[in-house]
Amino acid sequence: MAGAEDLKLLGMWASPFVLRAKLALSLKGLNYEYVEEDLKNKSELLLKSNPVHNKVPVLIHNGKPVCESTVIVQYIDEAFAGTGLSLLPSDPYERALARFWAAYIDDKLLPSWTKTSRGSTEEERAEGKEQSAVAVENLEGALRECSKGKPFFGGDNPGYVDVILGGLLGWVRASEELYGINPFDPAKTPLLAAWAERFGALEAVDPVIPEVNKLVEVAKMMQAKLAAEAAGASN
Amino acid sequence: MMKRNLTTHHSATLSAMERQEEDEDRVKLFGFWSSPYVYKVEWALRIKGIQYDYIEENLENKSDQLLEYNPVHKKVPVLIYQGKPIAESEVILEFIDEAWKHHGDRILPEDPYDRAMARFWVRFGKDTLSPPIWKWFTTQGQEQEAAYAAAVEQLQILEKELDGKRFFAGEKMGLVDLSLGPFSYIIPIYEEITGVKLIKEEKLPSLLAWMDNFLNSSIVREHLPPMDKLKLRCQAIREAFLKNTN
Repeated sequence: MAGAEDLKLLGMWASPFVLRAKLALSLKGLNYEYVEEDLKNKSELLLKSNPVHNKVPVLIHNGKPVCESTVIVQYIDEAFAGTGLSLLPSDPYERALARFWAAYIDDKLLPSWTKTSRGSTEEERAEGKEQSAVAVENLEGALRECSKGKPFFGGDNPGYVDVILGGLLGWVRASEELYGINPFDPAKTPLLAAWAERFGALEAVDPVIPEVNKLVEVAKMMQAKLAAEAAGASN
Repeated sequence: MMKRNLTTHHSATLSAMERQEEDEDRVKLFGFWSSPYVYKVEWALRIKGIQYDYIEENLENKSDQLLEYNPVHKKVPVLIYQGKPIAESEVILEFIDEAWKHHGDRILPEDPYDRAMARFWVRFGKDTLSPPIWKWFTTQGQEQEAAYAAAVEQLQILEKELDGKRFFAGEKMGLVDLSLGPFSYIIPIYEEITGVKLIKEEKLPSLLAWMDNFLNSSIVREHLPPMDKLKLRCQAIREAFLKNTN
Protein backbone atom coordinates (compact mmCIF):
# COMPACT_ATOMS: atom_id res chain seq x y z
CA MET A 1 0.00 0.00 0.00
CA ALA A 2 1.42 3.39 -0.99
CA GLY A 3 2.63 5.63 1.79
CA ALA A 4 1.42 9.23 1.95
CA GLU A 5 4.73 10.49 0.65
CA ASP A 6 4.35 8.57 -2.63
CA LEU A 7 1.22 10.40 -3.71
CA LYS A 8 0.64 14.12 -3.83
CA LEU A 9 -2.40 15.90 -5.22
CA LEU A 10 -2.20 19.56 -6.18
CA GLY A 11 -5.68 21.03 -6.12
CA MET A 12 -8.17 23.77 -5.39
CA TRP A 13 -10.99 22.97 -2.95
CA ALA A 14 -13.88 24.12 -5.17
CA SER A 15 -12.74 22.49 -8.41
CA PRO A 16 -14.93 19.64 -9.66
CA PHE A 17 -11.95 18.27 -11.60
CA VAL A 18 -9.85 18.08 -8.45
CA LEU A 19 -12.79 16.40 -6.72
CA ARG A 20 -12.71 13.64 -9.33
CA ALA A 21 -9.11 12.83 -8.36
CA LYS A 22 -9.99 12.93 -4.65
CA LEU A 23 -12.95 10.61 -5.22
CA ALA A 24 -10.82 8.10 -7.11
CA LEU A 25 -8.15 8.12 -4.40
CA SER A 26 -10.75 7.85 -1.67
CA LEU A 27 -12.69 5.02 -3.32
CA LYS A 28 -9.49 3.06 -3.75
CA GLY A 29 -8.47 3.74 -0.14
CA LEU A 30 -5.20 5.42 -1.09
CA ASN A 31 -3.29 7.78 1.21
CA TYR A 32 -1.96 10.96 -0.28
CA GLU A 33 -0.75 14.44 0.57
CA TYR A 34 -3.09 17.19 -0.54
CA VAL A 35 -1.70 20.61 -1.48
CA GLU A 36 -4.17 23.49 -1.80
CA GLU A 37 -3.08 25.84 -4.55
CA ASP A 38 -3.78 29.57 -4.66
CA LEU A 39 -4.66 29.85 -8.33
CA LYS A 40 -3.82 33.56 -8.30
CA ASN A 41 -0.35 32.73 -7.04
CA LYS A 42 0.55 29.29 -8.38
CA SER A 43 3.33 27.37 -6.70
CA GLU A 44 6.63 26.51 -8.36
CA LEU A 45 5.70 22.87 -8.01
CA LEU A 46 2.46 23.34 -9.93
CA LEU A 47 4.11 25.33 -12.70
CA LYS A 48 6.87 22.74 -12.96
CA SER A 49 4.50 19.75 -12.80
CA ASN A 50 2.01 21.04 -15.36
CA PRO A 51 4.04 23.32 -17.61
CA VAL A 52 1.62 22.92 -20.52
CA HIS A 53 -1.56 24.07 -18.77
CA ASN A 54 -0.51 25.31 -15.28
CA LYS A 55 -3.80 23.87 -14.02
CA VAL A 56 -5.06 21.69 -11.21
CA PRO A 57 -5.53 18.85 -10.54
CA VAL A 58 -2.05 17.39 -10.83
CA LEU A 59 -1.29 14.02 -9.28
CA ILE A 60 2.36 13.46 -8.48
CA HIS A 61 3.25 9.81 -7.99
CA ASN A 62 6.83 9.04 -6.95
CA GLY A 63 7.79 12.47 -8.25
CA LYS A 64 6.18 12.00 -11.67
CA PRO A 65 3.24 14.29 -12.53
CA VAL A 66 -0.04 13.25 -14.18
CA CYS A 67 -2.39 15.98 -15.47
CA GLU A 68 -6.02 16.18 -16.70
CA SER A 69 -8.73 14.80 -14.41
CA THR A 70 -9.90 11.93 -16.62
CA VAL A 71 -6.29 10.90 -17.28
CA ILE A 72 -5.55 11.04 -13.55
CA VAL A 73 -8.55 8.89 -12.61
CA GLN A 74 -7.64 6.23 -15.18
CA TYR A 75 -4.02 6.38 -14.03
CA ILE A 76 -5.05 5.85 -10.39
CA ASP A 77 -7.10 2.85 -11.47
CA GLU A 78 -4.28 1.32 -13.51
CA ALA A 79 -1.27 2.13 -11.34
CA PHE A 80 -3.07 0.78 -8.26
CA ALA A 81 -4.85 -2.05 -10.00
CA GLY A 82 -4.56 -4.41 -7.08
CA THR A 83 -5.80 -1.91 -4.48
CA GLY A 84 -9.41 -1.37 -3.51
CA LEU A 85 -12.17 -1.03 -6.12
CA SER A 86 -11.57 -1.40 -9.83
CA LEU A 87 -12.97 1.76 -11.38
CA LEU A 88 -13.06 0.43 -14.93
CA PRO A 89 -14.60 -2.96 -15.71
CA SER A 90 -12.46 -5.67 -17.25
CA ASP A 91 -14.47 -6.30 -20.42
CA PRO A 92 -13.27 -4.16 -23.36
CA TYR A 93 -16.80 -3.31 -24.52
CA GLU A 94 -17.92 -2.29 -21.02
CA ARG A 95 -14.75 -0.18 -20.72
CA ALA A 96 -15.56 1.51 -24.02
CA LEU A 97 -19.07 2.33 -22.79
CA ALA A 98 -17.66 3.84 -19.60
CA ARG A 99 -15.15 5.95 -21.53
CA PHE A 100 -17.87 7.03 -23.95
CA TRP A 101 -20.05 8.37 -21.15
CA ALA A 102 -17.12 10.01 -19.36
CA ALA A 103 -16.29 11.83 -22.60
CA TYR A 104 -19.96 12.78 -22.96
CA ILE A 105 -19.98 14.38 -19.53
CA ASP A 106 -17.01 16.59 -20.44
CA ASP A 107 -17.87 17.25 -24.08
CA LYS A 108 -21.63 17.80 -23.80
CA LEU A 109 -22.95 17.99 -20.25
CA LEU A 110 -20.44 20.38 -18.71
CA PRO A 111 -20.35 22.88 -21.60
CA SER A 112 -24.15 22.98 -21.63
CA TRP A 113 -24.20 23.80 -17.90
CA THR A 114 -21.54 26.46 -18.36
CA LYS A 115 -23.55 27.99 -21.19
CA THR A 116 -26.69 28.02 -19.04
CA SER A 117 -25.08 29.82 -16.11
CA ARG A 118 -22.41 31.90 -17.82
CA GLY A 119 -23.71 32.50 -21.34
CA SER A 120 -23.14 36.15 -22.23
CA THR A 121 -26.54 36.65 -23.86
CA GLU A 122 -30.01 35.57 -22.85
CA GLU A 123 -30.23 33.64 -26.10
CA GLU A 124 -27.05 31.74 -25.30
CA ARG A 125 -28.27 30.90 -21.80
CA ALA A 126 -31.59 29.65 -23.19
CA GLU A 127 -29.70 27.51 -25.69
CA GLY A 128 -27.60 26.17 -22.82
CA LYS A 129 -30.74 25.26 -20.92
CA GLU A 130 -32.09 23.32 -23.90
CA GLN A 131 -28.80 21.51 -24.39
CA SER A 132 -28.60 20.71 -20.67
CA ALA A 133 -32.03 19.13 -20.77
CA VAL A 134 -30.96 16.88 -23.65
CA ALA A 135 -27.68 16.03 -21.95
CA VAL A 136 -29.19 14.95 -18.62
CA GLU A 137 -31.84 12.97 -20.47
CA ASN A 138 -29.08 11.09 -22.29
CA LEU A 139 -27.24 10.54 -19.01
CA GLU A 140 -30.37 9.17 -17.43
CA GLY A 141 -30.46 6.63 -20.27
CA ALA A 142 -26.77 5.95 -19.73
CA LEU A 143 -27.33 5.21 -16.07
CA ARG A 144 -30.14 2.83 -16.95
CA GLU A 145 -27.93 1.09 -19.54
CA CYS A 146 -24.74 0.93 -17.48
CA SER A 147 -26.19 0.11 -14.08
CA LYS A 148 -28.61 -2.58 -15.30
CA GLY A 149 -30.76 -1.94 -12.22
CA LYS A 150 -27.83 -1.77 -9.84
CA PRO A 151 -27.00 1.31 -7.72
CA PHE A 152 -24.15 2.81 -9.77
CA PHE A 153 -22.92 3.37 -13.32
CA GLY A 154 -20.27 0.87 -12.33
CA GLY A 155 -22.87 -1.64 -11.16
CA ASP A 156 -22.79 -2.87 -7.56
CA ASN A 157 -19.89 -0.56 -6.84
CA PRO A 158 -19.06 2.94 -8.10
CA GLY A 159 -16.82 3.05 -11.13
CA TYR A 160 -15.23 5.40 -13.61
CA VAL A 161 -18.37 7.20 -14.76
CA ASP A 162 -19.59 7.57 -11.18
CA VAL A 163 -16.31 9.33 -10.35
CA ILE A 164 -16.33 11.55 -13.44
CA LEU A 165 -19.93 12.63 -12.83
CA GLY A 166 -19.42 12.61 -9.07
CA GLY A 167 -16.85 15.38 -9.33
CA LEU A 168 -19.71 17.68 -10.28
CA LEU A 169 -21.83 16.86 -7.25
CA GLY A 170 -20.76 19.83 -5.13
CA TRP A 171 -21.84 22.22 -7.86
CA VAL A 172 -24.98 20.21 -8.62
CA ARG A 173 -26.01 20.70 -4.98
CA ALA A 174 -25.06 24.40 -5.03
CA SER A 175 -27.01 24.92 -8.23
CA GLU A 176 -30.35 24.71 -6.48
CA GLU A 177 -29.49 27.56 -4.12
CA LEU A 178 -27.76 29.63 -6.78
CA TYR A 179 -30.10 29.21 -9.73
CA GLY A 180 -33.17 27.50 -8.28
CA ILE A 181 -32.43 24.57 -10.58
CA ASN A 182 -31.77 20.99 -9.65
CA PRO A 183 -29.84 19.62 -12.63
CA PHE A 184 -30.94 16.12 -11.61
CA ASP A 185 -34.63 16.85 -11.23
CA PRO A 186 -36.29 13.77 -9.66
CA ALA A 187 -39.37 14.39 -11.80
CA LYS A 188 -37.42 14.31 -15.07
CA THR A 189 -34.38 12.18 -14.23
CA PRO A 190 -35.37 9.98 -11.29
CA LEU A 191 -32.47 7.56 -11.69
CA LEU A 192 -29.88 10.35 -11.67
CA ALA A 193 -31.55 12.05 -8.71
CA ALA A 194 -31.45 8.81 -6.73
CA TRP A 195 -27.88 8.16 -7.88
CA ALA A 196 -26.77 11.61 -6.67
CA GLU A 197 -28.18 10.92 -3.20
CA ARG A 198 -26.75 7.44 -3.05
CA PHE A 199 -23.29 8.27 -4.38
CA GLY A 200 -23.07 11.40 -2.25
CA ALA A 201 -23.85 9.43 0.88
CA LEU A 202 -21.07 6.86 0.42
CA GLU A 203 -18.55 6.77 3.24
CA ALA A 204 -15.71 7.35 0.80
CA VAL A 205 -17.51 10.22 -0.90
CA ASP A 206 -19.46 12.28 1.64
CA PRO A 207 -16.50 13.77 3.54
CA VAL A 208 -14.69 14.63 0.29
CA ILE A 209 -17.40 16.75 -1.39
CA PRO A 210 -16.92 20.48 -0.70
CA GLU A 211 -19.53 22.16 1.50
CA VAL A 212 -22.42 23.57 -0.46
CA ASN A 213 -22.62 26.87 1.45
CA LYS A 214 -18.94 27.54 0.76
CA LEU A 215 -19.46 26.85 -2.95
CA VAL A 216 -22.48 29.15 -2.97
CA GLU A 217 -20.40 31.85 -1.27
CA VAL A 218 -17.63 31.53 -3.88
CA ALA A 219 -20.13 31.61 -6.74
CA LYS A 220 -21.88 34.68 -5.35
CA MET A 221 -18.55 36.47 -4.96
CA MET A 222 -17.71 35.56 -8.58
CA GLN A 223 -21.11 36.79 -9.81
CA ALA A 224 -20.69 40.08 -7.89
CA LYS A 225 -17.23 40.55 -9.32
CA LEU A 226 -18.43 39.91 -12.88
CA ALA A 227 -21.37 42.27 -12.39
CA ALA A 228 -19.06 44.99 -11.06
CA GLU A 229 -16.73 44.54 -14.01
CA ALA A 230 -19.64 44.75 -16.44
CA ALA A 231 -21.00 47.86 -14.72
CA GLY A 232 -17.53 49.40 -14.69
CA ALA A 233 -17.02 48.58 -18.33
CA SER A 234 -20.27 50.18 -19.42
CA ASN A 235 -19.48 53.47 -17.65
CA MET B 1 -2.96 -6.22 -47.87
CA MET B 2 -5.85 -4.58 -46.11
CA LYS B 3 -8.98 -3.91 -48.03
CA ARG B 4 -12.33 -2.64 -47.00
CA ASN B 5 -15.24 -4.91 -47.87
CA LEU B 6 -18.12 -2.79 -49.02
CA THR B 7 -21.44 -3.46 -47.30
CA THR B 8 -23.21 -6.72 -48.00
CA HIS B 9 -22.26 -10.34 -48.13
CA HIS B 10 -21.45 -12.93 -50.60
CA SER B 11 -22.20 -16.55 -49.55
CA ALA B 12 -25.46 -17.77 -50.95
CA THR B 13 -24.60 -21.22 -49.64
CA LEU B 14 -24.74 -20.31 -45.95
CA SER B 15 -28.00 -20.89 -44.07
CA ALA B 16 -29.88 -17.86 -42.82
CA MET B 17 -28.76 -18.49 -39.23
CA GLU B 18 -25.14 -19.03 -40.20
CA ARG B 19 -25.30 -15.87 -42.27
CA GLN B 20 -26.72 -13.94 -39.32
CA GLU B 21 -24.06 -15.28 -36.98
CA GLU B 22 -21.33 -14.55 -39.46
CA ASP B 23 -22.82 -11.15 -40.00
CA GLU B 24 -22.88 -10.38 -36.30
CA ASP B 25 -19.29 -11.50 -35.94
CA ARG B 26 -18.00 -9.25 -38.66
CA VAL B 27 -16.49 -5.99 -37.57
CA LYS B 28 -18.22 -3.08 -39.27
CA LEU B 29 -17.29 0.54 -39.53
CA PHE B 30 -19.61 3.37 -40.43
CA GLY B 31 -17.63 6.20 -41.94
CA PHE B 32 -17.39 9.17 -44.23
CA TRP B 33 -14.68 9.57 -46.86
CA SER B 34 -13.30 12.86 -45.58
CA SER B 35 -13.55 12.31 -41.84
CA PRO B 36 -10.14 12.26 -40.12
CA TYR B 37 -11.73 10.48 -37.14
CA VAL B 38 -12.75 7.61 -39.38
CA TYR B 39 -9.22 7.30 -40.77
CA LYS B 40 -7.74 7.07 -37.27
CA VAL B 41 -9.94 4.06 -36.61
CA GLU B 42 -9.12 2.47 -39.97
CA TRP B 43 -5.38 2.84 -39.39
CA ALA B 44 -5.80 1.24 -35.95
CA LEU B 45 -7.69 -1.71 -37.46
CA ARG B 46 -4.89 -2.11 -39.99
CA ILE B 47 -2.25 -2.09 -37.26
CA LYS B 48 -4.12 -4.97 -35.68
CA GLY B 49 -4.75 -6.71 -39.00
CA ILE B 50 -8.52 -6.76 -38.48
CA GLN B 51 -10.81 -7.27 -41.45
CA TYR B 52 -13.91 -5.12 -41.45
CA ASP B 53 -16.88 -4.11 -43.53
CA TYR B 54 -16.96 -0.43 -44.35
CA ILE B 55 -20.21 1.45 -44.76
CA GLU B 56 -19.98 4.90 -46.33
CA GLU B 57 -22.54 7.26 -44.84
CA ASN B 58 -24.13 10.21 -46.55
CA LEU B 59 -23.91 12.73 -43.72
CA GLU B 60 -26.67 14.80 -45.24
CA ASN B 61 -28.97 11.79 -45.25
CA LYS B 62 -27.88 9.54 -42.42
CA SER B 63 -28.90 5.92 -42.54
CA ASP B 64 -31.40 4.47 -40.07
CA GLN B 65 -28.66 2.08 -39.00
CA LEU B 66 -26.28 4.88 -38.06
CA LEU B 67 -28.98 6.72 -36.12
CA GLU B 68 -29.82 3.49 -34.32
CA TYR B 69 -26.20 2.71 -33.49
CA ASN B 70 -25.23 6.24 -32.45
CA PRO B 71 -28.40 7.97 -31.29
CA VAL B 72 -26.54 10.29 -28.93
CA HIS B 73 -24.19 11.94 -31.43
CA LYS B 74 -25.46 10.68 -34.81
CA LYS B 75 -21.88 10.83 -36.06
CA VAL B 76 -19.21 8.69 -37.67
CA PRO B 77 -17.07 6.76 -36.95
CA VAL B 78 -19.08 4.01 -35.32
CA LEU B 79 -17.48 0.59 -34.92
CA ILE B 80 -19.74 -2.43 -34.64
CA TYR B 81 -18.28 -5.37 -32.74
CA GLN B 82 -20.37 -8.51 -32.27
CA GLY B 83 -23.41 -6.46 -33.14
CA LYS B 84 -22.64 -3.81 -30.49
CA PRO B 85 -21.77 -0.19 -31.37
CA ILE B 86 -18.85 1.85 -30.12
CA ALA B 87 -18.68 5.56 -30.92
CA GLU B 88 -16.14 8.41 -30.45
CA SER B 89 -12.79 7.84 -32.13
CA GLU B 90 -10.62 8.03 -28.98
CA VAL B 91 -12.88 5.49 -27.28
CA ILE B 92 -12.79 3.25 -30.36
CA LEU B 93 -8.98 3.37 -30.55
CA GLU B 94 -8.58 2.20 -26.96
CA PHE B 95 -11.24 -0.45 -27.55
CA ILE B 96 -9.43 -1.79 -30.60
CA ASP B 97 -6.22 -2.04 -28.59
CA GLU B 98 -7.96 -3.96 -25.81
CA ALA B 99 -10.32 -6.18 -27.82
CA TRP B 100 -7.43 -7.37 -30.00
CA LYS B 101 -4.73 -7.15 -27.37
CA HIS B 102 -2.69 -10.01 -28.82
CA HIS B 103 -3.05 -9.12 -32.49
CA GLY B 104 -0.39 -6.97 -34.12
CA ASP B 105 1.32 -4.13 -32.30
CA ARG B 106 0.04 -2.48 -29.14
CA ILE B 107 -1.46 0.94 -29.74
CA LEU B 108 -1.11 2.05 -26.12
CA PRO B 109 1.97 1.25 -24.00
CA GLU B 110 1.78 -1.22 -21.09
CA ASP B 111 3.09 1.00 -18.32
CA PRO B 112 0.36 3.03 -16.53
CA TYR B 113 2.45 6.22 -16.49
CA ASP B 114 3.23 5.98 -20.20
CA ARG B 115 -0.46 5.35 -20.87
CA ALA B 116 -1.33 8.46 -18.88
CA MET B 117 1.16 10.49 -20.94
CA ALA B 118 -0.32 9.15 -24.20
CA ARG B 119 -3.85 10.06 -23.07
CA PHE B 120 -2.65 13.51 -21.97
CA TRP B 121 -1.26 14.28 -25.42
CA VAL B 122 -4.39 12.99 -27.13
CA ARG B 123 -6.41 15.45 -25.05
CA PHE B 124 -3.90 18.17 -25.84
CA GLY B 125 -4.39 17.54 -29.55
CA LYS B 126 -8.15 17.65 -29.19
CA ASP B 127 -8.68 20.46 -26.65
CA THR B 128 -5.68 22.73 -27.10
CA LEU B 129 -4.18 22.28 -30.55
CA SER B 130 -7.17 21.66 -32.81
CA PRO B 131 -9.25 24.73 -31.92
CA PRO B 132 -6.68 27.40 -32.95
CA ILE B 133 -5.77 25.43 -36.10
CA TRP B 134 -9.45 25.27 -37.05
CA LYS B 135 -9.90 28.92 -36.23
CA TRP B 136 -6.87 29.86 -38.30
CA PHE B 137 -8.31 28.00 -41.26
CA THR B 138 -11.84 29.40 -40.98
CA THR B 139 -11.18 33.08 -40.30
CA GLN B 140 -9.30 36.02 -41.77
CA GLY B 141 -7.70 39.28 -40.73
CA GLN B 142 -6.86 39.90 -37.10
CA GLU B 143 -8.85 36.93 -35.84
CA GLN B 144 -6.87 34.66 -38.15
CA GLU B 145 -3.56 36.19 -37.10
CA ALA B 146 -4.33 35.63 -33.43
CA ALA B 147 -5.38 32.03 -34.13
CA TYR B 148 -2.18 31.46 -36.14
CA ALA B 149 -0.03 32.68 -33.25
CA ALA B 150 -1.90 30.47 -30.80
CA ALA B 151 -1.56 27.46 -33.10
CA VAL B 152 2.20 27.98 -33.47
CA GLU B 153 2.54 28.25 -29.69
CA GLN B 154 0.81 24.90 -29.20
CA LEU B 155 2.78 23.32 -32.03
CA GLN B 156 5.98 24.38 -30.32
CA ILE B 157 4.88 22.54 -27.20
CA LEU B 158 4.28 19.46 -29.32
CA GLU B 159 7.65 19.88 -31.02
CA LYS B 160 9.32 19.81 -27.61
CA GLU B 161 7.46 16.65 -26.66
CA LEU B 162 8.39 14.93 -29.92
CA ASP B 163 12.03 15.94 -29.52
CA GLY B 164 13.41 14.24 -32.64
CA LYS B 165 11.67 10.90 -32.07
CA ARG B 166 10.50 9.04 -35.13
CA PHE B 167 6.98 8.86 -33.71
CA PHE B 168 5.42 10.20 -30.50
CA ALA B 169 5.28 6.60 -29.29
CA GLY B 170 8.93 5.94 -30.22
CA GLU B 171 10.11 3.70 -33.03
CA LYS B 172 6.61 2.56 -33.95
CA MET B 173 3.44 4.64 -34.06
CA GLY B 174 0.98 4.60 -31.20
CA LEU B 175 -2.14 6.28 -29.89
CA VAL B 176 -0.85 9.84 -30.05
CA ASP B 177 0.44 9.37 -33.60
CA LEU B 178 -2.92 8.00 -34.74
CA SER B 179 -4.76 10.77 -32.96
CA LEU B 180 -2.66 13.60 -34.40
CA GLY B 181 -1.98 11.79 -37.65
CA PRO B 182 -4.58 13.51 -39.84
CA PHE B 183 -2.77 16.81 -39.26
CA SER B 184 0.05 15.41 -41.39
CA TYR B 185 -2.07 15.83 -44.51
CA ILE B 186 -4.64 18.37 -43.35
CA ILE B 187 -2.16 21.08 -42.36
CA PRO B 188 -0.42 21.09 -45.76
CA ILE B 189 -3.86 21.40 -47.39
CA TYR B 190 -4.73 24.33 -45.11
CA GLU B 191 -1.36 25.91 -45.86
CA GLU B 192 -1.95 25.62 -49.58
CA ILE B 193 -5.44 27.12 -49.38
CA THR B 194 -4.57 30.00 -47.05
CA GLY B 195 -1.19 30.61 -48.69
CA VAL B 196 0.42 30.66 -45.24
CA LYS B 197 2.94 28.21 -43.82
CA LEU B 198 2.07 26.96 -40.33
CA ILE B 199 4.81 24.35 -39.87
CA LYS B 200 8.13 25.92 -40.77
CA GLU B 201 11.32 23.85 -40.86
CA GLU B 202 13.36 26.37 -38.86
CA LYS B 203 10.88 26.35 -35.99
CA LEU B 204 9.29 22.88 -36.05
CA PRO B 205 11.77 20.45 -37.64
CA SER B 206 10.77 17.40 -35.56
CA LEU B 207 7.09 17.87 -36.41
CA LEU B 208 7.87 18.26 -40.08
CA ALA B 209 9.88 15.03 -40.03
CA TRP B 210 7.13 13.29 -38.05
CA MET B 211 4.53 14.27 -40.63
CA ASP B 212 6.71 12.66 -43.26
CA ASN B 213 7.32 9.52 -41.16
CA PHE B 214 3.61 9.21 -40.54
CA LEU B 215 2.47 9.68 -44.13
CA ASN B 216 5.11 7.30 -45.46
CA SER B 217 4.49 4.54 -42.93
CA SER B 218 3.21 1.32 -44.45
CA ILE B 219 -0.04 1.53 -42.48
CA VAL B 220 -0.91 5.07 -43.53
CA ARG B 221 0.34 5.39 -47.07
CA GLU B 222 -1.93 2.56 -48.21
CA HIS B 223 -4.97 4.30 -46.83
CA LEU B 224 -5.40 8.03 -47.19
CA PRO B 225 -8.35 10.13 -48.34
CA PRO B 226 -8.43 11.34 -51.98
CA MET B 227 -6.39 14.53 -51.65
CA ASP B 228 -7.79 16.54 -54.58
CA LYS B 229 -11.33 15.89 -53.48
CA LEU B 230 -10.40 16.75 -49.89
CA LYS B 231 -8.73 19.97 -50.92
CA LEU B 232 -11.88 21.08 -52.74
CA ARG B 233 -13.98 20.22 -49.74
CA CYS B 234 -11.69 22.19 -47.38
CA GLN B 235 -11.76 25.15 -49.75
CA ALA B 236 -15.56 25.12 -49.77
CA ILE B 237 -15.60 24.93 -45.97
CA ARG B 238 -13.32 27.94 -45.62
CA GLU B 239 -15.38 29.94 -48.08
CA ALA B 240 -18.60 29.08 -46.26
CA PHE B 241 -17.17 30.25 -42.94
CA LEU B 242 -15.84 33.50 -44.36
CA LYS B 243 -19.15 34.22 -45.98
CA ASN B 244 -21.02 33.62 -42.71
CA THR B 245 -18.98 36.06 -40.71
CA ASN B 246 -19.43 39.00 -43.05
